[in-house]
Amino acid sequence: MEETIMDIELKDKEEYIVNMGPQHPSTHGVLRFETCLQGEKVKYLIPHCGYIHRGIEKMCEKLTYPQMIHLTDRMDYLSAHINNEAVALCVENAMQVEVSDRVKYIRTILAELTRVASHQLWWSAFGMDLGALTTFFYGLRDREKVLDIFEESTGSRLTQSFITPGGLMADVHPNFQKRVKEFIKYFRKKLPEYDELLTGNVIFHERTKGIGVMTKEDAIDYGVTGPSGRGSGFHCDIRNLAPYSAYPFVKFNEITFSEGDTYSRYLVRIKEMWESLNILEQLVDDIPQGQTMLELKAVKAPKGEFYQRVETARGELGVYIVSDGGPSPARIKFRTPNFSNLFVINKIAAGHKIADLVAISGSLDLVIPDIDR
Amino acid sequence: MYDFTPLIDSITHFLNETFSPFWAGAISMVLLGVVLLIVYAIVGLYLVYAERKICARMQNRLGPNRVGPMGLFQTIADLIKLLLKELIFIRNADGFLFNIAPFIVIIASIMAIGSIPFAKGLQAVDLNIGVLYILAISSMGVIGILIAGWASNSKYSVIGAMRSGAQVISYELSVGLALLCIITYAGSMQLSEIIASQQDGWWIFKGHIPALIAFVVYIIAGTAETNRGPFDLAEAESELTAGFHTEYSGIKFAFFFLAEYMNMFIIAAIATTLFFGGWLPFHLFHWHGFNRIMDFIPPVFWFFGKTAFVIYLMMWFKWTFPRLRIDQLLTLEWKYLLPINLMNLILISFLTLMEWHF
Repeated sequence: MEETIMDIELKDKEEYIVNMGPQHPSTHGVLRFETCLQGEKVKYLIPHCGYIHRGIEKMCEKLTYPQMIHLTDRMDYLSAHINNEAVALCVENAMQVEVSDRVKYIRTILAELTRVASHQLWWSAFGMDLGALTTFFYGLRDREKVLDIFEESTGSRLTQSFITPGGLMADVHPNFQKRVKEFIKYFRKKLPEYDELLTGNVIFHERTKGIGVMTKEDAIDYGVTGPSGRGSGFHCDIRNLAPYSAYPFVKFNEITFSEGDTYSRYLVRIKEMWESLNILEQLVDDIPQGQTMLELKAVKAPKGEFYQRVETARGELGVYIVSDGGPSPARIKFRTPNFSNLFVINKIAAGHKIADLVAISGSLDLVIPDIDR
Repeated sequence: MYDFTPLIDSITHFLNETFSPFWAGAISMVLLGVVLLIVYAIVGLYLVYAERKICARMQNRLGPNRVGPMGLFQTIADLIKLLLKELIFIRNADGFLFNIAPFIVIIASIMAIGSIPFAKGLQAVDLNIGVLYILAISSMGVIGILIAGWASNSKYSVIGAMRSGAQVISYELSVGLALLCIITYAGSMQLSEIIASQQDGWWIFKGHIPALIAFVVYIIAGTAETNRGPFDLAEAESELTAGFHTEYSGIKFAFFFLAEYMNMFIIAAIATTLFFGGWLPFHLFHWHGFNRIMDFIPPVFWFFGKTAFVIYLMMWFKWTFPRLRIDQLLTLEWKYLLPINLMNLILISFLTLMEWHF
């Protein structure tokens, strides 16, 4: 039985409880914040998750490794390619096979495009959380270009299931290279618009600077990774710490800010979009030739335990496989970034106003199916 | 040239000749009420349409374009839909207050419309304290909002209503003081006289910089008073779902919705009357030919054109700015706008005393 605020007797008569969610515009999904308020001030809050728990990890035990890919799409649906890649890399490491450079390049390009698309959607929704309604359409306008690239090559816009153990489902579309280059050029022009609309706004600064300060220690204690952790100066970029796929071949900066407030978490993501464009530019011109799928007899991990971590748009995704040598894992565990990122919210939002709680939860960039799996 | 006084006079004359004084009064009241309601409904509906089109333009969208040419009948279709919708009654709500709240909000805005001069002679009541009357009546709307929030028996509604109360009471001061600046210049509170005082130039032009400051303060405070974004804390969608009208449905919700747009119209109409010369055409000093051409445009068009400009400004704010937080909102009023306004008023009193305005 989980403890709720209802169980704790309210001592102060001026305190009252507001349930934000499971259906609430600011929680971006079926998440519930049980919030204890005193007037407008948040005294403390308890996040409740599990409303969209589908038992993905248990279901994976009954599926073969290539089939599992399709479930991982449904965890963090905004980083579908990266989730696929995590499982693929883990299985490939277990089988001790290495994919061709072409696969590595394409995987990384897709991953970076995913990151850009995810940050675009986050920027749109974050503006909405703060009441700037126009950002939503600016962000989605540009995200559409990325989704078009995905659609052309993978046949799908959101849950692509394209990266699979051993390589890729298919080769990319002949237009792929051209379209990515066009997108880089296009988005370099559009990104300054984001700054004009939101970053430079005085009201926006007032709403985000010094709000929801998370220290580096907090970030490490709670395991907050990804842009949210890097906003607090926590160097946690897996692309840099343990490079995988084509990341060893490219040069990029890990973006960190030391303030740890909502504004620095915002800036990290804006800067990361620029950085992703740089990575894309380095990779897209020289995608090597080669086969896109290894010829494997059967995708079976040997007996043992395997772990692989990757950097999704929201933080560190870990895949832990316990295998008994069969075609499907005996046990599997996903260490999803949002689950860890969520629970720091009581620490950093308590004491702020209810409007700040919305801004803070927006700046953590939560995707609820990723929390519940 | 376009004087409505003879028309109104002849109607009054006809009524007085045909009926007894009591019935003449009663019929003219009913006529006025019906005309005002029609104006209210049409302006309200087309403001909603305008907002949807303007925000669509700002967001790279098309906006309504299916019902009628360019979607012109979309809001009418929406209104019919809202009329036909079920009215949901909340079990633990305070029934009487819950039902009465939308009416208070909408009656306040209808009453304020009554004294707005649309053109010469086209004004329901020309009170000698017109500005004061409009200020008093339009701030009555907040009582409706407070009642709605309280009676809904919902936490989001109460938070929204309390925010709205704090906000309207604070910004009422700035609105009043900004208007007082122009009243000081014009020397009258009667709207028709304020317009008459602008025959040789609008106050925004001949009132020097203080008039400009007063206008900027007025437009900020006016936006806040109508509870529109960036000051839409009372209904802050991302925090309070819909604030004080979370629990309302159907036509009762439509009343709140329409009243919001009409309050915006009233704020813009007052700005037009006090700062932009009301229904007076735009004149340049000695360009008689130009001035004659401007005179040909009917005053009703001038009035609605200027009002539309001010309304566009307010919509522009809403669709480009993030929302403020409640404490920042109150800080803006009490620490910045109010002192600026008071200094401005002293300056204007001095200018008027020395007769330094044009």
